[in-house]
Amino acid sequence: MNLTLHIWRQKNAETRGKMVRYKLADVSPDMSFLEMLDVLNEQLIDKGEDPIAFDHDCREGICGMCSLVINGQAHGPRRATTTCQLHMREFKNNAEIYIEPFRAGAFPVIRDLVVDRTAFDRVIQAGGFIAANTGSAPDANSLPIAREKAETAMDAAACIGCGACVAACKNASAMLFVAAKVSHLGNLPQGQPGRNDRVLNMVEAMDAEGFGNCTNYFECEAACPKEISVKFIAQMNRDYVKASLSKPSYV
Amino acid sequence: MTLDSRIPPGPLEDKWTNFRQKMKLVAPNNRRKYRVIVVGSGLAGGAAAATLGQLGYNVDCFCFQDSPRRAHSIAAQGGINAGKNYQGDGDSVYRLFYDTIKGGDFRAREANVHRLAEISLNIIDQCVALGVPFARDYGGLLANRSFGGAQVSRTFYARGQTGQQLLLGCYSALERQIAAGTVEMHTRSEMLDLVIADGRARGIITRDLVTGAIERHAADAVLLATGGYGTVFYLSTNAAGCNVTAAYRAYKRGAYFANPCYTQIHPTCIPVHGEHQSKLTLMSESLRNDGRVWVPKEAGDKRPPNQIPDEDRDYYLERKYPSFGNLAPRDIASRAAKEACDAGRGVGEYGRGVYLDFRDSINRLGRKTIEDRYSNLFEMYERITDENPYETPMRIYPASHYTMGGLWVDYHLMSNIPGLFVLGEANFSDHGANRLGASALMQGLADGFFVISDTLGNFLADHKPDQDPIDTDHAAFAEAEGEVTQKIDRLLKIGGRRSADSFHRELGQIVWEHCGMARTKEGLEAALEKIPALREEFWQNLRVTGFGDEFNIALEKAGRVADYMEFAEILCNDALHRDESCGGHFREEHQDDEGEAQRNDDDFMYVAAWEYQGVGEKPKLHKEELNYEVVKPTKRSYK
Repeated sequence: MNLTLHIWRQKNAETRGKMVRYKLADVSPDMSFLEMLDVLNEQLIDKGEDPIAFDHDCREGICGMCSLVINGQAHGPRRATTTCQLHMREFKNNAEIYIEPFRAGAFPVIRDLVVDRTAFDRVIQAGGFIAANTGSAPDANSLPIAREKAETAMDAAACIGCGACVAACKNASAMLFVAAKVSHLGNLPQGQPGRNDRVLNMVEAMDAEGFGNCTNYFECEAACPKEISVKFIAQMNRDYVKASLSKPSYV
Repeated sequence: MTLDSRIPPGPLEDKWTNFRQKMKLVAPNNRRKYRVIVVGSGLAGGAAAATLGQLGYNVDCFCFQDSPRRAHSIAAQGGINAGKNYQGDGDSVYRLFYDTIKGGDFRAREANVHRLAEISLNIIDQCVALGVPFARDYGGLLANRSFGGAQVSRTFYARGQTGQQLLLGCYSALERQIAAGTVEMHTRSEMLDLVIADGRARGIITRDLVTGAIERHAADAVLLATGGYGTVFYLSTNAAGCNVTAAYRAYKRGAYFANPCYTQIHPTCIPVHGEHQSKLTLMSESLRNDGRVWVPKEAGDKRPPNQIPDEDRDYYLERKYPSFGNLAPRDIASRAAKEACDAGRGVGEYGRGVYLDFRDSINRLGRKTIEDRYSNLFEMYERITDENPYETPMRIYPASHYTMGGLWVDYHLMSNIPGLFVLGEANFSDHGANRLGASALMQGLADGFFVISDTLGNFLADHKPDQDPIDTDHAAFAEAEGEVTQKIDRLLKIGGRRSADSFHRELGQIVWEHCGMARTKEGLEAALEKIPALREEFWQNLRVTGFGDEFNIALEKAGRVADYMEFAEILCNDALHRDESCGGHFREEHQDDEGEAQRNDDDFMYVAAWEYQGVGEKPKLHKEELNYEVVKPTKRSYK
């Protein structure tokens, strides 16, 4: 395959970026999208030019590190697929492909296609955990959990923290990411003691990081490589209202 | 220097308890006076940083990714072992211990492995408490599946994403400590040297991958949890960023590297296609619970798999190993696949593949059940190969997956350098010559949650900060930083023609060909000639674009490949010296009539720990004899 690529180049956070056009020939349809960029980078290095910086690690769709907007879609055209698992057979010969970083105020560009997603870590720090110190746990089977509850928790827990939901949302909202963690822990009995504080603190941290609000377009679910359902946003909203009403509970 | 494994006295099953009853402690109000460095944020490093933070130590944790949640532990699919016997099928701590020792082909320390089996029980409890959504039966109790090398079901799992869920549990505990101020997290930060002052590990030199700044960090102890060296083969199931640099730089500072030739080639990966491939994707071993492995009986049978009737198929694992069948251990299943392909019976475009067939399971259990168990793996397979495994059998082939070798540690997980501890895949300690499936997650969490908190306290109690203070003005920091800076400058100034990636690929081909699934004296000697020649070309013809003081992916990669150029020699050297076959180390000279590995316990019942002598120089061998007090090493049979 022959491709024309338009790729966002930006030296660092302080400089302005721009789209740069590259031609790439003899691309195999069996290559992954990132392998296609590897080939381009080899050619750039051969010419003495700086390779294109992009985030990637596991290359099997689970670490959540890869993060491109491809032809306007976070992680590209294929549903339920991270960029690293997208293959060139999804594109036509002579295609023009536009490649940009995930764009959101809370995800500043570091270089080229690499963005800073540490805002997600700070939201987790606000409450995305169960406070159980090492060594304090009872026997694992002393707490039976209904299978459907455990499965629902697992559906939410499958989030890989890539940030595609934010990149896809016109409000750059992180509601799906936050809701996934709130619902994962909120559906488990171990998560009940911290449930109210968790949702209140995480939502507060999410707002403080500059993520927008949800206006029910559900682009996040469509872009999510793990198909996290927006029903978890509904669950988080319920939890949030309940927690707000019962806030002064330590009387 | 003699290697003292510091195994506690007493009967095997009491050793860990005895140690814990007598170990020295640091009082809660004194812990905040100590600083501990943890490099790596996977299951071992993340669990260690979180636990030490909870105890009240000041922890600095480092990872090269943008978040500790990305560490490669996340990619483990199938599960985690524990001797809980929840299924009532005859499991016990002893049975898990025995299976692990046998699985490792009697090349691991008994005491370490028994401790691992004991602790496995606590790990599951701790992970459930942290909210890990393990699979459950309809009664709400935990479910188990079977893994290779065991005749019981002791593997706990969360769909095909067990590593992810365990790591996210760890990560949540770690983030909680970051919020509490006990752990300072340094993301996008790479360790480039170990600092040793007055004979003790006292800090590290790092490079900030965003700004390029070289930084000094001092501490009372340094913990490396930096994973294995599986990407020495270039193509592997490891993440693109996995590298040997932290462990290798510690080795160059005097830490011994133990048993590097014990590498695990995983039998069920998607076969290689094309020359630009950057990684091989694992299909979880759990698939062998329900998939049957086969090749055509006749070499050159090119019929589509669905048109080959049963009588023309060779279910070779079931035929050769009837007791364990498709759940034979990884090293054995990998070699059997290679043997079938070498005989011309391999399938797929390049003849390097065997079938993993779900037809019979789908007929027996229904498609729905198979979907429930493996849908995410089936989807991943389909995305990569464009074939539907519900209808066409998967094609799989072995690939580099895990490395049992690593930095030498004693029972306390301390290397031969005082104050340098090594955890998880980065150390050599628990898996002998072959690791059983679902045991890596177990070891990472055992080391990080439960072992290091005790053994580190025992060390720190004897090394009080006020008696032996350290800061980054010490001459050892200036020296190490100077060497790091020089090396970076040298890489940037070569000005050659080839990218680091192209060198890595070429090195990987050499190592895979001569030091992969099967090794010979001649092949290893050939590799030991090719590697120094390639290294020489690397230092003359490498091209690194850009500068040191910026975000520079070419420079990052070049530094890691430079270390592999040296490390590959250590690996081949160890493989050449170990003139026997055991576990993942198969020397063609040592096999029986049926092609099974032949150990040589009389001459090789020891850990080979190598000491650095200079680039290109043969490292110096130190031996730690393995004394089996409880288990009697036998021929490892799965028939």
